[in-house]
Amino acid sequence: MFPRPIQKSSTTAQWLYAVALPVALILWLFPLLGVALTSLRPASDLAQGNYFGMPSGIAWENYIFIFTQTPIGQYMVNSLWVTIPTVVGAVGLSLMTGFALAVYGFRANILVFFMFVAGNFVPFQILMVPVRDMTLQLGMYDTWYGLALFHIAFQTGFCTLFMRNFIKALPFELIEAARVEGVAEWRIFWFIVLPLMRPAIAALSVLVFTFIWNDFFWATVLTQGVDSQPITAGLSSLNGQWIAQWHLVSAGSILAALPPVVMFFLMQKHFIAGLTLGAVK
Amino acid sequence: MAQASQPVARRWTQRSLAPWLFLAPGLFMFTVYVIWPIIQSVTLSFFDWNGLYNKDGQFTGTFVGMGNYAELMRDPAFETSLWNNLKWLVLYMLALPIGLFIAIFLNQTVTGIRVYKSLFFFPFVISQVVVGLIFAWFYAPNFGLFYLLTESVFGKGTAILADPDLVTYGIIVAGLWPQIAYVMILYLTGLNNVAPDQIEAARLDGAKGWRMLWYVILPQLRPATFIAVIVTVIGALRSFDLVSIMTNGGPFGSSRVLSYYMFEMALGEYGFRMGYGAAIAVVLFAIMMIFISGFIWKMWRDEKER
Repeated sequence: MFPRPIQKSSTTAQWLYAVALPVALILWLFPLLGVALTSLRPASDLAQGNYFGMPSGIAWENYIFIFTQTPIGQYMVNSLWVTIPTVVGAVGLSLMTGFALAVYGFRANILVFFMFVAGNFVPFQILMVPVRDMTLQLGMYDTWYGLALFHIAFQTGFCTLFMRNFIKALPFELIEAARVEGVAEWRIFWFIVLPLMRPAIAALSVLVFTFIWNDFFWATVLTQGVDSQPITAGLSSLNGQWIAQWHLVSAGSILAALPPVVMFFLMQKHFIAGLTLGAVK
Repeated sequence: MAQASQPVARRWTQRSLAPWLFLAPGLFMFTVYVIWPIIQSVTLSFFDWNGLYNKDGQFTGTFVGMGNYAELMRDPAFETSLWNNLKWLVLYMLALPIGLFIAIFLNQTVTGIRVYKSLFFFPFVISQVVVGLIFAWFYAPNFGLFYLLTESVFGKGTAILADPDLVTYGIIVAGLWPQIAYVMILYLTGLNNVAPDQIEAARLDGAKGWRMLWYVILPQLRPATFIAVIVTVIGALRSFDLVSIMTNGGPFGSSRVLSYYMFEMALGEYGFRMGYGAAIAVVLFAIMMIFISGFIWKMWRDEKER
């Protein structure tokens, strides 16, 4: 193990390490902690310039305010309407593309695969004008499905890379044996490969959920109003209205950050497996 | 399916058709929303177009050849954006050593270390919009922590987001925060897989500290480093959210990057200059293509080795 386990060092070093860990963490998360505290600080404190001292009370009313006086609840619901179909769609499509690219040795295989991989890395701006134009033409501008359809297509690139590598690592003899038995290809996919894909499906679901929940660019390009804007774009426009009302901005930020954070804590192992692209095993 | 009078032939056709049936839906979506728009954007970059159609539904753009690109060469805002992109690219690379340092710091087996690791990873999980707002608060003039800090050190506070010379660095620091967390997790996973016998052998030979890190550990972390470089480059060139949230490209356009400037030209208050925007996007795409090709080339080599 590198570095040397701290247990093998002197007691002083062990003590130092035990102190350094929480100190480092607090420093690292300092901006976030500050915002979390500000979100519970009464507006009157901020008005009096009490930004970092003892708060005069815990102001849950900041959260009540943004829920009752602003459409933040609606924005969160809109985010779910975009995020959940995207997770289902992208994972579903990539299970099939990943299967096709991992199991069959047809000629264009590697070409198609690299196309998915390369497409996944292109800058969004090269897609912006045509995608927005097409969405407008199809009458899907400013709707949750217009946004979700784009996300499904784009995320399929990344998901295909992951699924294909995952299926490649499965024992191929399983498929061979089934073929000898005369099992149809779609049944091999459905009854043999799919049940083994659970970890991959879990990993991609949490990752795609987080990516889409946090997406800001496409939310800005493809939606406009309160009825369809996701939380990121909504928070940005609320921020424009709440000039310098930092207790509200903070409360909104914490709310927007919450779902992916909860998701991450629940599914940590899968999340990290997905992020490392399976390349660092 | 037809009767199985010729089972061998039937299965052969089924097997050559099956991959395309499995690919069809995903490939269709990807072509419509990714591949085709790239081609369209490149085409559009040779036109002058305000994004509208006439009442018969016909495209109203006019062909200008290399006009948009010629204009880019003379556009000071484009030059600023390009320079800022370069700053992003270079400074973002700091995420690698810092991420590695934190990973090494956290790679211990004391009680509660798992919770520490996940809390250190936090910044990557939250939206860049939120990161931008958090740092805007951190940098805020008069009461922001950073302002107070500079005030107590230099006697005069620095409002970093209002300073044309410093603003880009301020935003890059905000971007580095989640990026370091990502790199850290890549290295933590990598460190987990370093061969213990090699470390022991090196230790017996008297290697420790920096020499151990440089000659024994880093070579074994190569796959992690490779992915870290790729995601960091992509992250640096994709920087849009933070610029948009923290400064809107200001003050006086000094924090623009290509991705943001493109958006401003095509959809912003400067009018709908779709063709000009597309030309900016093509330049960004070309820069990104250098790195994408490198990645694909490496993948191709790995595939052949299998």
